[in-house]
Amino acid sequence: MDEVRIIEIKKSVFADNEKDADALRHELKGRGVFLLNLMSAPGSGKTTTLIQTINRLKDKIRVAVMEADIDGDVDAIKIKEATGVPSIQLHTGGMCHLDAEMTRQGLDNIELRDVDLVILENVGNLVCPAEFDTGSCANAMILSVPEGDDKPLKYPLMFSVCDLVLINKTDVMPYFDFDMERCREYIRQRNPKAQVIPISAKTGEGVEAFADWLLNEVAVWKTP
Amino acid sequence: MHELGVVFYIIRDVKEVAEQNQVEHVSSVVMDIGEVSTVVPHLLTDCWRWAADKEPLLKDCELKINTIEAVSYCGDCQQEYETVKFGKDCPFCNSHNTWLQRGNEVEINSIVV
Repeated sequence: MDEVRIIEIKKSVFADNEKDADALRHELKGRGVFLLNLMSAPGSGKTTTLIQTINRLKDKIRVAVMEADIDGDVDAIKIKEATGVPSIQLHTGGMCHLDAEMTRQGLDNIELRDVDLVILENVGNLVCPAEFDTGSCANAMILSVPEGDDKPLKYPLMFSVCDLVLINKTDVMPYFDFDMERCREYIRQRNPKAQVIPISAKTGEGVEAFADWLLNEVAVWKTP
Repeated sequence: MHELGVVFYIIRDVKEVAEQNQVEHVSSVVMDIGEVSTVVPHLLTDCWRWAADKEPLLKDCELKINTIEAVSYCGDCQQEYETVKFGKDCPFCNSHNTWLQRGNEVEINSIVV
C-alpha cells in the first residue's frame, strides 16, 4: 500500500555552497593566499585591467589568475602572454557563474604555496555571480563608462556584494553622458561600504590605486 | 537566470535527505521561492523536469513552488512595505535606509514521499 509521508527540510539550497565557501576562505587564510573574485558585465575590460594591474604588482607579490568563461581560452592565454604570471582557464560548461566547489577545483590546479594573490575573473555577468559565494576573500566589480552611470540601480545585488567598484574606461568620458558623482551616489545608496576607484585600463590612470588596494588587502589577509 | 544550477543544488540536497530516510521514490518537492530571489518559477520547473527525470529517485516527481512575498523594512520610519512595488525607496518617508526582511528565499520546504 502506498503511504504518503512528508519530510520537512526547510533549508536554503545555497546553504551547502555557503558552507563550502566559508571552508575555502578559512583554508586560504591558513595558507596566506588572498583570493579576489572579480566580476563585471562582458566587455567592461576585466582582462585588460588585470594585465595592467598585474604588471604593476608582479615584482612585489606573487600573482596567479583563474579565468572563468563558458568556453574558449583566449583570456587565459592573453594574461599569460602579457604578464608572464601563471594563468589557467576554467570552463563552466554552460553555467552562468562559479560556485565555491568550482573555485576549489580551479585552485587545485595552482601551486598555492608559490602564490600570494589569486585573481578569479568570474563569468561576464552581473546577475548570477552575485548570488554565489565563491569562497573569495573580497569581491570587486568593474563598471565601464559606456554601460552608464545608472547601472547600480539596475543590478543592485551585484553592487551590494562588492567591497570595491572600479569604474573603467574613464578615457572615453567626454563621449558619454556619464556623471561620475551621480554614479558614486547610486553605489553609495546600494552599498555604503563599497570603495570606488575610477580607472582607465587603456591609459593606466587609476590603475596604481587599484594595485595599492590589492597590496594592502593581501598584507592584511596575511597578518595572522 | 541560473535555474539549472539551482536545480542541481536541489537534487543534491533531496538525494541526501532521501538517503538518510531510506526513501526510494520522492513524489513531490515543495520549494519556498522569494519574489526577489531572482529565480524564475517557470524556468525552475522546466529545468527541474529535464534534470529530475534522469534520476530514478525523482522520476515524475513534481516540483511545487510557494511564492514568498518580498517585504522591506525602513530603518528611518520603522515601517514595512512591499519591495516589488517600491524597491529601495521607502514609500512613507523616501529614505534609502531600507533593507529586505523576506523575499530572497530559495529554500526546500519539504518533500513528499
